[in-house]
Amino acid sequence: MSEPAKPVIEVRNLTKRFGGAAAVQGLTLDCAKGEVFGFVGPDGAGKTTIMRLLAAVMTPDEGSIVIEGVDVVGAPELARSHISYMPQRFGLYEDLTVDENIEFFADLFGIERGMRDERAARLLGASGMTPFRKRRAGQLSGGMKQKLGLTCSLIHTPKVLLLDEPTAGVDPLSRRDFWRILYGLRAEGVAIVIATSYLDEAERCTRLGLLRQGRMAYCDTPEALKRLMPGEIIAISTQQAREAREIIASLEGVKGAILMGDSVHAVVDDAGRRSAELKAALDRAGVLVGDMERIAPSIEDLFVSLLTTEGKG
Amino acid sequence: MTSPAPASEIRIAADKLTKRFGDFIAVNAVSFEARAGEIIGFLGPNGAGKSTTIRILTGLLRPSGGKAIVAGFDVARSPERVREHIGYMSQKFSLYSDLSVMENLRFFGGVYGVKGARLEKRLKFAVGMAGLTDRTDALVADLSGGWKQRLALGCAVMHEPAILFLDEPTSGVDPASRRRFWDLIYSLAGEGVSVVITTHYMDEAEYCNRIALINAGKLVALGSPSELKRSAIHGEILLVEGDNPGAMLEALEGAPAVRDVAPFGSSLHIVVDDAARDRPAIEALLKQRELQWSRIEPIKPTLEDVFVQLVGGDRAKGAAAP
Repeated sequence: MSEPAKPVIEVRNLTKRFGGAAAVQGLTLDCAKGEVFGFVGPDGAGKTTIMRLLAAVMTPDEGSIVIEGVDVVGAPELARSHISYMPQRFGLYEDLTVDENIEFFADLFGIERGMRDERAARLLGASGMTPFRKRRAGQLSGGMKQKLGLTCSLIHTPKVLLLDEPTAGVDPLSRRDFWRILYGLRAEGVAIVIATSYLDEAERCTRLGLLRQGRMAYCDTPEALKRLMPGEIIAISTQQAREAREIIASLEGVKGAILMGDSVHAVVDDAGRRSAELKAALDRAGVLVGDMERIAPSIEDLFVSLLTTEGKG
Repeated sequence: MTSPAPASEIRIAADKLTKRFGDFIAVNAVSFEARAGEIIGFLGPNGAGKSTTIRILTGLLRPSGGKAIVAGFDVARSPERVREHIGYMSQKFSLYSDLSVMENLRFFGGVYGVKGARLEKRLKFAVGMAGLTDRTDALVADLSGGWKQRLALGCAVMHEPAILFLDEPTSGVDPASRRRFWDLIYSLAGEGVSVVITTHYMDEAEYCNRIALINAGKLVALGSPSELKRSAIHGEILLVEGDNPGAMLEALEGAPAVRDVAPFGSSLHIVVDDAARDRPAIEALLKQRELQWSRIEPIKPTLEDVFVQLVGGDRAKGAAAP
């Protein structure tokens, strides 16, 4: 994984307009083998449009996309042979069984019988789906449908895997199975691009692009992005979280105070300096405080502080 | 909202609540209490019985056994009275797309029998809460996910319910809107409303006062997020970070000291019995495979670690097998 290879995906100045409005504007991105690149952003920021452009199911107005050396705009058919795309709603045949759905997609991609059986067995095993091979897709739970969609998308060996909100409505166990499969693909050198609104999922990506109104506002590893977080966070655990938040929010040096179940997260300018002040103010008000510690910001903390602008829904 | 109730008032009392469908036990002797102003999160895999439990508590489904008192009424005997005191919001939002914001609120107000001066007062409250004061004539179809979500919440509280049931209310809503939604939930809870919410997302579960973890119809853990992280898990978590987590995962799965292992970004979470004792064995295993790591250290379990261990014990072992 160490030698800097040529990127699998090269995107230059990509722009797509609908009517007068630009859904994607001047997007530039390189993605290497084995990377998991995550797009995060508010509704309507352009995530799904980018996925469709990369998948060669939509043509850009400007810019270029090259995947495995193939010009996606000029030769979409050829490009698609390197790509597997799983849209938000994957088109499973609800009246066919799990096995029959896999067969169908394997035929579609022209996969040899020997290879498809082995691959299907491995993917179904990794996702805990083996006992359900004879069940109709329509009778699977939401999580199992998503896993079957992924299995069908991966029945051929793509160089690039595009996943649009793959785990919406999927429980954490199934989500782990899902990521286990993705990590296996990473190790095989597949480049993965994923759009998600869930930030615990974003934490699992190797790099993230934060989109705002069709533009990439920030792009870096999750760790580097977290260092952009303005201020520091102190977690204060207390049974009187609501009172504590009121008090903390009014103090000097506090930029924000967020209720988190049985604790309050205070965003402050300087944790070292403000911790004692917070504790003293809470003591004065008679609020009992348990643990107090400085914590690393989550991607969600960062997202909210970087991408929220005044009055925006 | 509901007049501030004493913090001790019990709004939901479920005692060995059970629901059978034929031979299948969907809800198995679930007992818990929820107090005024408390936010309880129901967590569990798809099909664990969360929605069935909520349907019993909202009086939509009769329990096969056990008892539940909701807002002072027995759900089996007086489901209509229960429904007068609860609000319900599903993941589908159930709004009328071709009606305006105000028309939707009036409709739901009417369904709940809110009339006259009280209706006008509640309309004003709901519109203000949703932040839709300037857009009361907008069609719901034209609203983004975040606005729709806040409007759906407004519709669910038109009749000032004492208890609010929210079934995956934030599916497909972006993080900034989600946080704003939680501000609303907290302000309702602050006025004494009890909230029961289901979610699949751990970052959201962290917002709840207490979490009820449900698996195969049973309540397997009940406590605050920090209590669960502190004491619900067996063993300890070692975090390993390196360039090739995929290969590390493969090397560690099924290894003797490793109870479970899962990827987290560029790192892995390894469940072991004793982090200090088992760490050398894990390092040796990685060295043997010539896998480099930049960091290896014990960490506090995350809520997801707790969830996966309590709910997925058997599954985790199954997935580790070849």
